[in-house]
Amino acid sequence: MSTKPAGRQVLLQGNEAIVEGAIVAGCRFFAGYPITPATEISEAMSYRLPAVDGTFIQMEDEIASMGAVIGASLAGVKAMTATSGPGFSLMQENLGYACVAEVPCVIVDVMRGGPSTGLPTNVSQGDVMQARWGTHGDHPIIVLAASTTQDCFSITVKAFNLSEKYRTPVILLADEVVAHTREKISIPHAEEVEVIERIRPNMPPDWYIPFENNSRGVPPMSSFGAGYRYHVTGLIHDMRGFPTQRPDEIVPFMERIFRKINQHFFDIQMVNKEMTEDAEVLVIAYGSVCRSARRAVREARQRGIKAGLVQLITLWPFPRQIIEPLLRKVRAVLVPELNMGQMSREVKRVNQGVTRIETLNKIDGTLLTPGEILTRLLKL
Amino acid sequence: MAEETRLVYKYLRHDKKFPHVWCPGCGNGILLGALIRAIDRTGLEKDDIALVSGIGCSGRISVYVDFNTVHTTHGRALTFATGIKLANPRLQVIVIMGDGDATAIGGNHFIHAARRNLNLTAIVVNNSIYGMTGGQYSPTTPYESISATSLYGNIEQAFSIAELAAMAGASMVSRGTVYHAALLDELIEKAIMKRGFSVVEVISHCHTHFGRKNKMGGPVEMMRWQRDSAVRIEKASSLSKEEMKGKFTIGVLVDRDLPVYTQEYKKIREAAKTMAATGRSILP
Ligand SMILES: Cc1ncc(C[n+]2csc(CCOP(=O)(O)OP(=O)(O)O)c2C)c(N)n1
Ligand code: SF4
Repeated sequence: MSTKPAGRQVLLQGNEAIVEGAIVAGCRFFAGYPITPATEISEAMSYRLPAVDGTFIQMEDEIASMGAVIGASLAGVKAMTATSGPGFSLMQENLGYACVAEVPCVIVDVMRGGPSTGLPTNVSQGDVMQARWGTHGDHPIIVLAASTTQDCFSITVKAFNLSEKYRTPVILLADEVVAHTREKISIPHAEEVEVIERIRPNMPPDWYIPFENNSRGVPPMSSFGAGYRYHVTGLIHDMRGFPTQRPDEIVPFMERIFRKINQHFFDIQMVNKEMTEDAEVLVIAYGSVCRSARRAVREARQRGIKAGLVQLITLWPFPRQIIEPLLRKVRAVLVPELNMGQMSREVKRVNQGVTRIETLNKIDGTLLTPGEILTRLLKL
Repeated sequence: MAEETRLVYKYLRHDKKFPHVWCPGCGNGILLGALIRAIDRTGLEKDDIALVSGIGCSGRISVYVDFNTVHTTHGRALTFATGIKLANPRLQVIVIMGDGDATAIGGNHFIHAARRNLNLTAIVVNNSIYGMTGGQYSPTTPYESISATSLYGNIEQAFSIAELAAMAGASMVSRGTVYHAALLDELIEKAIMKRGFSVVEVISHCHTHFGRKNKMGGPVEMMRWQRDSAVRIEKASSLSKEEMKGKFTIGVLVDRDLPVYTQEYKKIREAAKTMAATGRSILP
């Protein structure tokens, strides 16, 4: 993620970079409702999409936005919405629907201080658990986090690719600082960007099984109007898409939607490791905090402390296969976060007492500075 | 009769999910028949239709018909339909909702869909009650009626779905009943063919809950009530206020031409492209 591809050099804020990433990834539909600090995504989409034959619509609320995104995706168009905490909560009902009905789409949540209307223009990382567990019922989900403006571009592309590949909604977590930091980034030429499309059926319509249990766990998806008429529902359904209450159909379905993510763990889990080979202490960070952490780790090295950094890009499913071996090699781990300890809880769960996990939490609406992280690093 | 049966076979997923879930005598079955006959009359291909339904007894209709079908979340059918229509304007999108679905939980979506005027058809099955959850009062339950959550009589005033749709800006609004089945075929056909947002309010009966609790008899008695209370809109103007008391009008109530969203959006695309071509684009 840190390698800078050659391309156009542009000055953008994170929210605008998300829009550019989405358009390069093939997004042609956006439905949203304004909320700080995600509003610029709606604004940029409203003038960028029509120019590329896409469609922007401002819906009456976030529930409607998520519904429209699902509809557009069913009709075969890559679709996205963007919001912040309170709006994200409203989207959860239809987000769960998209998981069960296996509808690819991307949801950006630019985190601000909460709970409730909270601190509208301040940074936080309070929605990590909402992104994982906000809906009702059991289902897997893919959640990615961006930490720089360049990330906003490239991780948005990744979000669309994973969403199409695995027929699932993908949540992109940004935060107020990431979203509003304006800096120079390079936007690669469209031909240089890997763009993945959902697999569409090629068998005769009569043979099409829309929720087939194949070896990849991801059935091909037809667009409405393409000649494969099928039924889509939020109810647990059989392979043909019709509601079922038979345990011998419920269990394989639920197992498949978990399997399609678990089986492709190594493709989905993305982290950025820096100076971890000989590290004795480790910082695990994500989002805007990761930038401060990077500086703190470098300064610690200058002072002779063997510090390393792991930037989490995939938050869910938690990249345990990558983190676990690192935990065995270090004396202590610091997890700085702009919440009371949401990701550190996950690190502790994976750690199982192997090493010492320390947390650094800030909830006053301001960013964790490199100095604050360094101070704790020196004491580890 | 034989011909009608063949017609039904052409459109139903008869080999898949039958028998249906509805109570014997429910108005939803009559609506299903009317919908199929209306669609057949429009001459549209099955692949060109997307049928979207909400959650409730009437919402189950999407399981039974052989189109591109979506059974959405409660109240949100119109939002899904909006996305489908915008992503593929060639699809003829028909939305079926219950009265609770469309005007309680989905009330905001309903008025905004009407105002936005996408070329969609919304059919609202008004049985004056929440059928699927066991007969609680809905925004269309008449004043003083008994329901599972208004055992002492309903103290809320009822919405008129058709008037709400008209005020919110729908291009076509009509009302029918499941008793007047032939008229219903016609109203649904007209609504589908109408360019713009069209609403058909279908007065139906839930004898299992509303009828039983309010001692209105079974399906036959409830349909007789529909017959005796409905007045054709063409005839209503010649009747006095007294004569119209306790009655409602049926037929096409509103038919007007208003700017259609997808047509309007083409202007936006042209403006955006012109701007991009002249290099006056707002983003780098
Ligand atoms: C968010 C949500 N709230 C509540 C319900 C429960 N629920 C299912 S159907 C229904 C009411 C259906 O009534 P109506 O829309 O009038 O349709 P009918 O069953 O009468 O056809 C309700 C409240 C739900 N499924 N989802
Ligand atoms: S509960 Fe009422 S609305 Fe539902 S199927 Fe039975 S009669 Fe029809």
